[in-house]
Amino acid sequence: MALPDKSGHFGEFGGQYVPETLMAVLDELLGVYNSLKKDKAFQKEFAFYLKEYAGRPTNLYFAKRLSEQLRTLKVYLKREDLLHTGAHKINNTLGQVLVAKKMGKTRIIAETGAGQHGVATATAAALMGLECEVYMGSEDIERQALNVYRMRLLGAKVISVTSGSCTLKDAMNEAIRDWVTNVRNTFYIIGSVAGPHPYPVMVREFQSVIGREARRQFLKKEGKLPDYLVACVGGGSNAMGLFHAFFNDKKVKMIGVEAAGEGVNTKRHAATISKGQIGVLHGSKSDLLQDEDGQIMIAHSIAAGLDYPGVGPEHSYYNKIGRAEYVSVGDKDAIKGLKLLSEKEGIIPALETSHAIYYLNELSKKVKRKSSVILCLSGRGDKDVGSIKDLL
Amino acid sequence: MNRLDKKFEELKQAKKKAFIAFITAGDPSLKVTEELVCSFERSNVDIVELGVPFSDPLADGPTIQAASQRALANGVTLKKILNTVKNIRIKTEMPICLMTYYNPVFHYGEEKFVEDARKCGVDGLIIPDLPHQEAKILIASAKKNGVSTILFLTPTTTKKRMKEVVDVATGFIYYVSLTGVTGERKALPTDVAGHVKAAKKISTKPICIGFGISNAAQVKAMSKIADGVIVGSAIVKEINKNAGRKDIVKKVSSYVAKLRGL
Repeated sequence: MALPDKSGHFGEFGGQYVPETLMAVLDELLGVYNSLKKDKAFQKEFAFYLKEYAGRPTNLYFAKRLSEQLRTLKVYLKREDLLHTGAHKINNTLGQVLVAKKMGKTRIIAETGAGQHGVATATAAALMGLECEVYMGSEDIERQALNVYRMRLLGAKVISVTSGSCTLKDAMNEAIRDWVTNVRNTFYIIGSVAGPHPYPVMVREFQSVIGREARRQFLKKEGKLPDYLVACVGGGSNAMGLFHAFFNDKKVKMIGVEAAGEGVNTKRHAATISKGQIGVLHGSKSDLLQDEDGQIMIAHSIAAGLDYPGVGPEHSYYNKIGRAEYVSVGDKDAIKGLKLLSEKEGIIPALETSHAIYYLNELSKKVKRKSSVILCLSGRGDKDVGSIKDLL
Repeated sequence: MNRLDKKFEELKQAKKKAFIAFITAGDPSLKVTEELVCSFERSNVDIVELGVPFSDPLADGPTIQAASQRALANGVTLKKILNTVKNIRIKTEMPICLMTYYNPVFHYGEEKFVEDARKCGVDGLIIPDLPHQEAKILIASAKKNGVSTILFLTPTTTKKRMKEVVDVATGFIYYVSLTGVTGERKALPTDVAGHVKAAKKISTKPICIGFGISNAAQVKAMSKIADGVIVGSAIVKEINKNAGRKDIVKKVSSYVAKLRGL
């Protein structure tokens, strides 16, 4: 059976847990989205922007020196970092902004953690001539200053969120409050495979171009399918984007790398699937970091884009059915991952992606024979250079 | 028939409208919460809506967000609130609804929660992030336990959903006056009466208006077009203003009595 089901559930996960005010717009969005899925003109327009504007297809690059170092792994990098704006996020924002236009919405809002989704949203909104406001936690504004300037240059208003932990979770709360208030003219572009139905499936569909291309490219280069797919998971959009096209290729193993922050046995991490429990946040049911009273806990990761106490419901489902495995890598090792790729391949990855890169070390020790891997290089690291310069 | 249903029946007989007071449980302390609820009877409050603090109250504006943060900082939990309701029940038959976000309830275990809530004397549940289609388990166990499940109608609710909502709601229907979060507003939308009228056409269940209502004039105006009104942020603000004062209960009660306009 194709998932999600009609009411947006992936097994026990997913669904629509939102204030009643938003139910009408979610119904409308679902209707519009379902009709656009079959609309050839829309698909053509979306494909046009992905190719001519964002720069798809992205390369599947064989990382020779990295593979030599890892010995047992043959690593291919899916170069989403080469896309316009520097990360996979643009795939989704171009898709959603086109949906917003079809719905006649004139104002775009978004939440952002690392600022990559905010930049990608501001970019797509500028491209389509729509007003754009981005909610960002005050702590993230500080550690991702470069992206804040980029959003402002693109004509977006960046709104500092000072409630709760002042990070992505709180930015999303504030974006939802704005949406409830301005629902009639405003489209909320959610940046991950999270939120109420149909967002998780819609974002997955817009991002799954990553996996479709990678599958085709790998088959062409190697004449077979890869043994492993590896991607970092915060909300999980780049990972789901890569994984989804391989869902039925049962021999291809999928590994999602969460942020272990200062350690999964401390209180400062973002390893939602590894350490969380099922719950409801921001419109859907998935694994969550929560305390014994069901209060949401504050996540921690050096990578702002992974610093979120929830995860996309489809990842919780993949984990539950055993289709994907979820592991975690901490702050310090992520920096090692960043250095590793920079020095071996001349590519500075985003701190988020660096978690997945570091995990290749672990994987290389585990595999019994020479294995091939596609790693989703979800974003470039320019945005992080300022914040980690003292740690190098 | 629970206390909530009885109250609406009484009000109907007396041709009166309900005044529902919202307060955040545990702000400034559960002891004050307990005293406030008991004092509200003398302020002519008909029903109390007790807010369960949550870390991510996405339907609430700044006033109730801040109150939730204060209550959580005081160590307030759902279990402790149920215990407070139990203590209140020794002293008063005031109908009490719990307003809580879904995750604490889901984490507690929906069926166990409803049972415990009933045992402690809770009459109704208001869960703003739980639309009815996701609430099947909760509604079924609430029905079994005689606890009301209050559902929302809003200015954006379609006719089709309005029908579904009024069919499954019990206790009363919560009409959200505006598109937005909780909090005081100087003026309320002009289309409230029309929306309430439309709902009245298809349902005989009581309809109460909430969100934005923050002064005696608005209470009076909204009472005319519905079966009751809910005031939250204005009262929560008054509580915070008097936090730490010995006469907080007296101050807040007299403020509420004035809002009530009696």
